[in-house]
Amino acid sequence: MPTEWTVRAITRAMLPVLLVLTLVELGSGLVLGSFEAQLLRYPSMLVLVPVTIGTAGNLGSVLAARLSTSFHLGTLSFSPRDDELAGNAVATVALAVTVFPVIGAGAWVATLLVSGDTSLGLQKVVLIALSSGISLAVLAVAVTFSATYVAYRFGLDPDDVVIPVVTNVCDVLGVVVLFGVAQVLV
Amino acid sequence: MTVRDVAVEAYKEALPALAASLVGGLIAGVVLGGMRAELRAVPGLLVLVPALLATRGNVYGSLGARIATALHQGLIEPRVTGGDERLRAAATAALANGVLTSTFAAVVAYFLLTFLGSRVAPLPILVGVAIIAGLLSGIVLTVVVVSVVFAGYRRGRNPDTIVGPVVTTTGDVFGILFLLIAVRTVLAVAGVF
Repeated sequence: MPTEWTVRAITRAMLPVLLVLTLVELGSGLVLGSFEAQLLRYPSMLVLVPVTIGTAGNLGSVLAARLSTSFHLGTLSFSPRDDELAGNAVATVALAVTVFPVIGAGAWVATLLVSGDTSLGLQKVVLIALSSGISLAVLAVAVTFSATYVAYRFGLDPDDVVIPVVTNVCDVLGVVVLFGVAQVLV
Repeated sequence: MTVRDVAVEAYKEALPALAASLVGGLIAGVVLGGMRAELRAVPGLLVLVPALLATRGNVYGSLGARIATALHQGLIEPRVTGGDERLRAAATAALANGVLTSTFAAVVAYFLLTFLGSRVAPLPILVGVAIIAGLLSGIVLTVVVVSVVFAGYRRGRNPDTIVGPVVTTTGDVFGILFLLIAVRTVLAVAGVF
């Protein structure tokens, strides 16, 4: 039987996790704060922030949910030659390569329409988005595989542990990668 | 299945949800991009943004998942009567946890930034913004999550697959939108005194 449906029982189950995840997210907030001046100078970079964080978290959570299901179905083995692992890793990178150029172009067009700002060119914003996306896909794969493996070794249900951990870690990595790429490209 | 089969299936399955949340993320980004004046006026606000957005996703994603499971188990009826105690308790808990967590984020951010010697707005301003934004976005997200999951379920859709995309998309948009409204409100009130 899952948690009882009372305010007290739900809060007792959820609040500790929420507070820990908030501390993790504040870490990414501090990274964001460290290049605030750059973000305020280039509005298209600021537009990229929520969508990069969100997409990174989604890539991780979709992968985690799929691995968790294969794990429950017993079709997953933790060998580097496992087809299930390799296929999901390939799909994650392919999804990033598909989605992130659209994110970059979308952010550039949206910034142009809303504030008329073109301080960063279209090519540059697409390049920033795509290089962030590919790095994030590789990191998401690494984080999800490790988290699922750790859950498996400790006999935990990956549904309970892996998805929230992966989603929030990928959120943080989203900001860190965007910061790194901005330092190199902007 | 070969690597290729697995990859093609995973790709096709994930693309629609990613595309939907992409639109929500871009709208949220545009609002954030238009908030530069407020971000300058309230130092430390940008540091709060990831925590506040993640709280919306975590709290209301969990509310949606809880309701989806309860529908599968026949614990609740897919109808909003207002009288259902379980539903009311789940919604109240989500709202309370959302506001508490947002306030916690504001307090920790204030002390972290003070400790690091960074410029930061006064504590009451950050806490005020967090509470107002948490409350308003919480009310709207509860209504959206409950009605979309119920409507989907009544039309024979699996509520489990609806919750994720709905919460990530609306959570980002309403999270940032109500953050903007909250900052403007708090700044206006602070300007009076």
